Amino acid sequence: MLGLNSRDFKLLMIVIFMTLAAPILLNPFPVDSALGESFNAGYPALMQRFVIFGLLAVGFNILFGLTGYLSFGHAAFLGVGSYAAVWMFKLLSYNIVPAMLASVIVAALFAVVIGYVCLRRSGIYFSILTLAFAQMSYALAYSVLSPITNGETGLQVYSDDPQVLMRAGDPIVPHLFGLEMNSSVTWNVGGWQFVFQNGYYLSAICMIIGFYISIRIFRSPFGLMLRAIKSNQTRMSYTGMNTKPYMLAAFVISGMYAGVAGGLMSAMDPLTGAERMFWTASGEIVVMAILGGVGTLIGPVLGAGIIKYLENIISKINSDILHNWFAFMPDWMDNLLVNILYPFVGKGWHLTLGVLFMVVVIFLPGGLVQGGQKLGALFSRKSKSSNSDATTAGTANTNTPAE
Amino acid sequence: MDSFILQILNGLDKGSAYALIALGLTLIFGTLGVVNFAHGALFMIGAFCAVTMQRILGLSRTVVDETQTDFLGNPLQMQVPYVQDWFGPVAGAAIQDWAVPLAIFLTIPVMLLVGWGMERGLIKHFYKRPHADQILVTFGLAIVIGEIIKAFYGANPIQTPMPSAFVGTVDLGRYLGLGEGAVAYPTWRLVYFFFSAAIIAAVFAFLQFTTFGMVVRAGMADRETVGMLGIDIDKRFTFMFGLAASVAGLAGMMYAPILSPHYNIGMDFLVLSFVVVVVGGMGSLPGAVLAGFLLGITQSFFSNPAFKGYFVELLRLEGTFAGTVITGLDQIIIYLVAIIILLTRPRGLLGRKGVMED
Repeated sequence: MLGLNSRDFKLLMIVIFMTLAAPILLNPFPVDSALGESFNAGYPALMQRFVIFGLLAVGFNILFGLTGYLSFGHAAFLGVGSYAAVWMFKLLSYNIVPAMLASVIVAALFAVVIGYVCLRRSGIYFSILTLAFAQMSYALAYSVLSPITNGETGLQVYSDDPQVLMRAGDPIVPHLFGLEMNSSVTWNVGGWQFVFQNGYYLSAICMIIGFYISIRIFRSPFGLMLRAIKSNQTRMSYTGMNTKPYMLAAFVISGMYAGVAGGLMSAMDPLTGAERMFWTASGEIVVMAILGGVGTLIGPVLGAGIIKYLENIISKINSDILHNWFAFMPDWMDNLLVNILYPFVGKGWHLTLGVLFMVVVIFLPGGLVQGGQKLGALFSRKSKSSNSDATTAGTANTNTPAE
Repeated sequence: MDSFILQILNGLDKGSAYALIALGLTLIFGTLGVVNFAHGALFMIGAFCAVTMQRILGLSRTVVDETQTDFLGNPLQMQVPYVQDWFGPVAGAAIQDWAVPLAIFLTIPVMLLVGWGMERGLIKHFYKRPHADQILVTFGLAIVIGEIIKAFYGANPIQTPMPSAFVGTVDLGRYLGLGEGAVAYPTWRLVYFFFSAAIIAAVFAFLQFTTFGMVVRAGMADRETVGMLGIDIDKRFTFMFGLAASVAGLAGMMYAPILSPHYNIGMDFLVLSFVVVVVGGMGSLPGAVLAGFLLGITQSFFSNPAFKGYFVELLRLEGTFAGTVITGLDQIIIYLVAIIILLTRPRGLLGRKGVMED
């Protein structure tokens, strides 16, 4: 179906189902309950982040997962894409079609230039070069190119911008031929509240298309070539193969994904700033891909979702909530546990992220997908019934983890 | 001419910091073959050692002085630092004043310990893993160290004053024969430069003239053979990691008065230090030092308004877009130089063939 084998098709269907039903699936608790306040994730702003970062991670995975080239500057493309989209809003109109096209094209051009330079080296040199380029783009956007990027203030649309295609009566928020991105339908069922937002569904559809393309790339001869480069580039060259064009193509495709993600971010909220290009942003993309499982199809999406979800919950926890959790314990134990956990929650979310990341890199180089696979194998060996986990283990087996 | 010399001097302090960090990075590359993204964090730990020393020396007890009253009419409460109790008021105050240089006694043991712990506890398990994994795990470690420091010291920069003897400027113009007041240079930056030069010289002398250093150099060239000769090279490399950590820590400690330490300071330096290492040639110690100073000086040249103004005037670009870009060039010049050098000399300035080629 759609040029996929049945297993990939099943995976794609699962992803489609999960993303489309996310507003319902991510709201398991009633809106006013205590659990709902801390654990519900089904509101549009957060779900948008899930799918946009998912798209970003899928694109990053095409480069790092297939070719093994670790780019530490991927956020540059994200930033360039956002800037291009906001400029289209400023110059033409709030319609997102030209904005998205511009962000893809600009990101692709940018990726061709950066890729051409960086791909002359491999290994750590490549990582450091991409990092240098991203930092340079950040410095350019932050101060040097202020006339274009509006410096630290960030680029946004002002009422005196030309907006030549704007007609009277057009919405003054990003829209798709009149369909406003931030308008939504709210569905109240009992105590539950489900919000279906146009912007989220647009991002979700982009993510699904991106995911589908990435499956096709993984299964194509082109993908095979990239894997061959990863396993032994020298041998590829000895067989008379010029690996450069393949690498550049992978780099540009990956950059285009980031460009789309950047364009989507601007479409959801038409302002952008240089901090999107900062190297911590690039680091975050790497963390997402690694956490989920590099080189697997579903891993990066999972990683992006998990990190954004944890960030959202953990940042919300404060010491009162912790005390509530441990209220059943004796006081000294309660205080001890709260004191231990407190640095990890709230503002200390990055500490949790760092620790989680290190644990995954040390113990699970293949990411959570590999962890699930190991667990699955353990489980099926114990119960001797391989049927129960056939789907998960099966998918994971075909998508060989990175190392 | 005067401003020319001043620009070179201005680049020296930043250049020395880059050179010290890059030297440590290169030591770790060269000996252990590990890409240490947590090296900036080590620099930061050094800076916070200075802060800690200042706080330790500032520990004080409260004394109630019955003869004086404060503005509310209560007996005046005075803070008397313990240091002043032990060494007398004059010597005690002097010790407090010199907190940053004295922090060396805290920094070296702490850094050796941190370096040893890092190598034995974490890096050791990553020798056989791909470079990407090494980058990732040290990157994670850098986040963790930064956040731990943030949890203890807060997120705001902490002012760390230098000894009062070094406040102000030195009139270098007189010494260089350029006339009184021609080149005024902040004293502490001069101290920083000489301090870094001393450390760099010490590291090179240690590697060049001691038996330990000779074995380490042999190990860098061919680890297996040295191992076969019955030398426990791992132990020495672990020590080298501690040494590299100390170099970064000392660089950070002495930099604290120039740039108030905060938890992200290491990352700001790390990215540039990597660029420095790559430009210098990976695995080449002299290359790291040379590139550190070169890039520091280049950056300072491009951040001089007079120099940039001259450049803009020369090209008749006043008020144009290109003129604005040139004015902001100091932000990106290091990266531009790095990219140009890597494209023309892929191994860096002094890189050798076959060292960290991929």
